[in-house]
Amino acid sequence: MSTTYLGLPTFPQAAASATKDTQLRANLRHATHTIRAKRAAAVAELADWAELRAAGAAVKDHTLRHLDHYLLRLEAAVSAAGGTVHWAADADEANAIVTRLVQETGESEVIKVKSMATQEIGLNEALAEAGIRAYETDLAELIVQLADDRPSHILVPAIHKNRSQIRDTFRDRMAQWGRPAPEGLSDTPGDLAEAARLHLREKFLRAKVAVSGANFMVAETGTMVVLESEGNGRMCLTLPETLITVAGIEKVVPTWQDLEIFLQTLPRSSTAERMNPYTTTFTGTTDGDGPRTFHLVLLDNGRTDTLADEVGRQALRCIRCSACLNVCPVYERAGGHAYNSAYPGPIGAILTPQLRGTGTPLDASLPYASSLCGACYEVCPVAIDIPEVLVSLRERVVEGGEVTRAGVRTTIRPAKGHAAERAAMRAGRWALDHPAAWGATQRLATRTRRLHPRRLPGKAAGAWTGSRELPELPARSFREWWRQREEQAGGTAGRGPGAKDGQQ
Amino acid sequence: MRVALFVTCVNDLLYPGTGQATVRLLERLGVSVDFPAAQSCCGQPQFNTGYRHETEPLVRRMAAAFEGYDHVVTPSGSCAAMVRDNYPRIGARAQGEGRGGELARAGASLAARTYELTEFLVDVLGVTDVGAYFPHPVTYHPSCHGLRMLGLGDRPRRLLEAVEGLELRELPGADECCGFGGTFAVKNPDVSAAMGRDKTGNALSTGAGLLCGADNSCLMHLDGILRRTAAPMRTVHLAEVLASTREHPYAVPEAATGADTAAAAHIATESAGKIR
Ligand code: SF4
Repeated sequence: MSTTYLGLPTFPQAAASATKDTQLRANLRHATHTIRAKRAAAVAELADWAELRAAGAAVKDHTLRHLDHYLLRLEAAVSAAGGTVHWAADADEANAIVTRLVQETGESEVIKVKSMATQEIGLNEALAEAGIRAYETDLAELIVQLADDRPSHILVPAIHKNRSQIRDTFRDRMAQWGRPAPEGLSDTPGDLAEAARLHLREKFLRAKVAVSGANFMVAETGTMVVLESEGNGRMCLTLPETLITVAGIEKVVPTWQDLEIFLQTLPRSSTAERMNPYTTTFTGTTDGDGPRTFHLVLLDNGRTDTLADEVGRQALRCIRCSACLNVCPVYERAGGHAYNSAYPGPIGAILTPQLRGTGTPLDASLPYASSLCGACYEVCPVAIDIPEVLVSLRERVVEGGEVTRAGVRTTIRPAKGHAAERAAMRAGRWALDHPAAWGATQRLATRTRRLHPRRLPGKAAGAWTGSRELPELPARSFREWWRQREEQAGGTAGRGPGAKDGQQ
Repeated sequence: MRVALFVTCVNDLLYPGTGQATVRLLERLGVSVDFPAAQSCCGQPQFNTGYRHETEPLVRRMAAAFEGYDHVVTPSGSCAAMVRDNYPRIGARAQGEGRGGELARAGASLAARTYELTEFLVDVLGVTDVGAYFPHPVTYHPSCHGLRMLGLGDRPRRLLEAVEGLELRELPGADECCGFGGTFAVKNPDVSAAMGRDKTGNALSTGAGLLCGADNSCLMHLDGILRRTAAPMRTVHLAEVLASTREHPYAVPEAATGADTAAAAHIATESAGKIR
């Protein structure tokens, strides 16, 4: 990702204010708990879920291991079907390519299918700079765009808003973007959907260029696959003359048979449906049917670098179902905006620091945005061990080490601001590795316990005592109790099993 | 059968009562248990914060301390999970970095012999009724490591249900994380506290006066919130419940009176307001 994020608040800072926003907490709690229960029910219907999950992970791993091969195959198939393939190393390149392609059509407007990749690269902003207006057509994306807000969820970008907030946005802002909201708009879901439909229909009928992402790209035939619920995507993919698809290189799957796995696991994991309402597949161009020009922009933007990390590369299996967001207790309280990335929640916490690096305070704080409770791993339909990747990224933050950036192996230094913690960890480890010192520390702590204040000064201690009492220190440690007990019994405890048996 | 107690550093220093209860319980069940004094900390805080290399000496120390024991029992789900899930990982990484297989062998050997207390009771000793007496209503928080990493399943519940006099009350949202998460509690204090308050609110809504768990680090966080908010509930480790008998009953803290459910819901909201 190309933008500088130096000035953004770290995750704990941004999350702190979110936890105090009671409306946001209520909206998120309601939405995530509802979808959580539905997903569990939809998944429980399949007796072979565990096998599907393992198969999905295996297909993705295989494809990633031979990514160069499948991408070239895909390029050949897309070209043979009448499309043009472009390769973009980073966000700037991708934005420049799409801008140029739109300019070549002579148009100054595009309609968009909901897409994570274009959000990741900031395409709308790049197009705006070139005087091209991009209209989001996904209902939730439309809400976010009209409100001049940022998405806070992969699948439900406006999850942080409730329906009366949405009604207000439609009433106040639709006119600036096209057809105004109907007079006296209510906040019932039906009325809101109708207002959006009327507003968007105009754009579908007028637009000559559409930009989409892709959930999957089938290498053997060069076919793009888009899954959606509303049908707006289908309009964008069929009505315009020119279609530009921007997709991350990890979206390729070898064959249609491989696709079959994900068509079962993705809808159940994301919207808790057996099958999503609209599955659109398109291959190059066809005379007299659909767009006459098709471009595919293949986006790297840190993915090849991520592939070089043995632990971190599993993040590239992600099919963006958002199940991990919906079960995440941290996401539920912090909200999506605190992650300051197109990818919020657990997947964002492992993907963003790999795609963007850990160079900024925000990106270095993301691997810590988790209690490592493991709920994300449990639901992930491609078995990404998110806690494992989080811990490995924490290591990168505090210890530095070898990483790949822009294709080059480099050694990074530990992130700033961890010096005191590192010293404490070392000292602690030393004491724990020298039981005499550890025992002495314990004795000192327990004997002076009456002197300990209830609220401690200092950043880490204050972070604890701000909301919680400290535990009361007991008069003696377990170790001391055991020693005294053994002395009374005349035993020789603690010298290993051999000692007890008199073998040593 | 040579059985060693891995008490964990948190219990050693802060919750010796849990260690003592574990010893009492195991001895009552006819298990002679040893406490190798060379043990200290499994390295979980270091490892989970990103200090893998600082963890390695602790892996070695742990492996040496418990060398020769058939079973290593610990009253902590997260420390058991650290040894079982992460020691092999740490060993494999060291090997991958060209530093030989010694750490991997040491870690694998200990991982294979390490049991969380309820696993040891149910799987190794084959008991669910441990002859305990605990005449109080209790609600149980399963903790993430026990639930998801170790897969303890219904072992704690079966043990609790067999306790004479104990009334087990269903904890709403039991599988949700309490928000402790090791250094997460201080690195993300606001989110951690918000999660903790939701957990204690759910626990209070059961009306029980005691919130039971098998991991004192989670309980330390929850007890800290309960005490800060002056809630009529305290935490208790599962080992203390199982060790309690008619002859030597567990002394329930005075504050752990419990509340009727309507009042409890009120307290939960009130207490949320009291915390900054
Ligand atoms: S990480 Fe897994 S659960 Fe999360 S969005 Fe990706 S595929 Fe879904």
